[in-house]
Amino acid sequence: MNAQPGIVEERTCVLAVPGMHCAGCMSKVERGLLQHDGVIAARVNLSSRMVTVTHDDSVGEDDLTRFIGAVGFEAQPRRNQAQKPYSAVKPLLAPLAVAAFAAMNVMLLSVSVWSGAEGSTRELFHWISALIALPAIGFAGQPFFRSAWGALKHGTTNMDVPISLGVIIAAALSLYETWVGGAHAWFDGALMLLTFLLAGRVLDAMMRDKARSGVEALVSQAARGAQVLGPDGKLSYVAAEDLQPGMVMRVATGERLAADGEIVSGRSAFDQSLLTGESHPVALGKGDEALAGTLNLEAPVDVRVSNAGRDTTLAEIARLMEASTQDRSRYVRIADRAARLYAPAVHSLAFLTVVGWLIAGATVYEALVIGVAVLIITCPCALGLAVPVAQVVASGALMRAGIMVKDGSAFERIASVDRALLDKTGTLTMGRPVPDAIALAALSAEEAGIALALASHSRHPLSRAMERALSAKGVAAASLADVQERPGEGVFGTFAGRAVALKRPEGSATTAVLLQTGEGPDRLIPITDALRPDAREAIAALEAQGIECSILSGDSEKAVAEVARQADLPAKAGVRPEEKQAMVAQLRGSGRKVLMVGDGLNDGPALAAADASIAPGSASDVGLQAADFVFVQDSLSALPRTVRAARKTMQVVKQNFGLAIVYNMFAVPLAIAGLVTPLIAAIAMSASSLLVVANSLRLARAAR
Amino acid sequence: MNGVLFLLPIALLLGALGLAAFFWALRNNQFDDPDGAAARILIDDEDEPKDEDA
Repeated sequence: MNAQPGIVEERTCVLAVPGMHCAGCMSKVERGLLQHDGVIAARVNLSSRMVTVTHDDSVGEDDLTRFIGAVGFEAQPRRNQAQKPYSAVKPLLAPLAVAAFAAMNVMLLSVSVWSGAEGSTRELFHWISALIALPAIGFAGQPFFRSAWGALKHGTTNMDVPISLGVIIAAALSLYETWVGGAHAWFDGALMLLTFLLAGRVLDAMMRDKARSGVEALVSQAARGAQVLGPDGKLSYVAAEDLQPGMVMRVATGERLAADGEIVSGRSAFDQSLLTGESHPVALGKGDEALAGTLNLEAPVDVRVSNAGRDTTLAEIARLMEASTQDRSRYVRIADRAARLYAPAVHSLAFLTVVGWLIAGATVYEALVIGVAVLIITCPCALGLAVPVAQVVASGALMRAGIMVKDGSAFERIASVDRALLDKTGTLTMGRPVPDAIALAALSAEEAGIALALASHSRHPLSRAMERALSAKGVAAASLADVQERPGEGVFGTFAGRAVALKRPEGSATTAVLLQTGEGPDRLIPITDALRPDAREAIAALEAQGIECSILSGDSEKAVAEVARQADLPAKAGVRPEEKQAMVAQLRGSGRKVLMVGDGLNDGPALAAADASIAPGSASDVGLQAADFVFVQDSLSALPRTVRAARKTMQVVKQNFGLAIVYNMFAVPLAIAGLVTPLIAAIAMSASSLLVVANSLRLARAAR
Repeated sequence: MNGVLFLLPIALLLGALGLAAFFWALRNNQFDDPDGAAARILIDDEDEPKDEDA
């Protein structure tokens, strides 16, 4: 930072800007911020979609949000400014670098020993190897040692126990060999093992990093504060955490509510999609309850706070999700299940080998060396790579097909799914309203022109849907006079001296708009949320895969019945978020493996609670965060495709385990017979790893 | 044999330098934003106004 004359207090502030996705966005945000006085520096982090701003006292968080809004991005200050975003990859990078560096150098020295270096040269090389290897093993082995110790303390064992034991014993024996000037040192093998395994872990962690916890995004959806109407009639800004029940907030058009409350004056339409997943706005008036996180669409209203902070419906959903996520983390990954069988088998084998050689008359030293060779040769190098490599290759293939994988273990979970629950709005359907094509075609050119002109005056979702559909048909807008939008009623105007209107029909059961042109009959135009293009085929494919499907929606009985008929599925309507979660839990309790497909915040708890979950790319932030898979295209065929790819992946994982076992069947007898040298161990280890990687690469076409 | 006595320390030193450089990069947050680093090279330096239909 430049030293500046005078006292300028510098502050930093981190804002989340979820809409950034390319270089253009980055430069727009950074330059948009730097244009303003008071902003000293701005640096975008595209990976975490955050911008760090250094500014002085003359600007605050609200100004920064406004500056970013001016260049077309929605921004929110991060709640916990001090907290760094969690990364699973970062702590593994340094151990991987150290292990790789040491492995390469020690291998170089080992090659000369294998090629016949003898006497003092061999001793020198062994000592240099020890000098490099011991600190490197101590540092790079930590992730394994810590995890193994944690498992042993709880009386269980995992893959890290045989790894840690193998590495530590190999290092200790090699040091002893070096000390006495022996022929064999195993430093190279131990380091190579650590390098391979850490590479597997880093691949795994990279996938997990993309799956960030949904809770932070959820809380940032609530407004940061509200304008509160004081007893003296003056407005003052109160932060969300300081809102108290009984206060009256004035919520402007386009603002999100910061707390739950009852409307005391005014009426407006509210976008509750964040909470219910239903895109259709709800009209609320005096006495109705409005929820935190909903968006005020039409007119300013006054709301008396009933629940604030941790008591709001939004915060309640956040808690439900958190609980579900913890519940799911108890899932035992297939590699750890394999380790539970593998580790005891290997250890007793090594022990029996030592005992066997002692009985056969070998010295204690000879028997120990052979026992260690067994431990090293069975050290699960290929096993450590078997799962992550397969999952990384498969997720790359799915990524190219427009499906993003957020968690590697999701492959394991979705492969065994036999029951699917699908949300309606935004999942089975496109999630945006489309006017009925037949009703539109029935309009005369004049009527269509009037409708387009009226619709273009309103930002109401239904008007915008009308505008989009009519513009797409090439309709020319009629010229109107006295156009006026009345919140909750419609758009009104005058055309050639006649009163015209595009309004909400009285007492219509379905979503529709009524067009009155003052001449001819009134036109009722139904507006529906269309089914995704190949929803039926996708569901048929899922059922062919042995997965029973049904609809689970928070929408009204009527709206759901229509979609259920089109999609030919059983349905359950009017389900609240906690009921969705309960239903998932109940199905899981009866032994089913449940796949949840949904997009809204209301699906969040169910997405987190299900064995596996998929969300469309148009989903709310919470839906995206809670789901294991996200598909970006309009077609629902992503569902059967994901299941198919996951099942193939699990097949390959099992083959990889098979390969590792076959390798052991050849290598272990050699080790028990005492025929394994460090050279053979190094070759066997890399050969089996390469084999596993090559087998996994077959998954590159898994998403076809 | 005498050559090795020179070459070994040199090789180790060069390797260690690489490792030190990596640690320096890690500590200076060079790996915080891999996506951003890849995209940043596409940002134009000059401040001419551009059309905004991206």
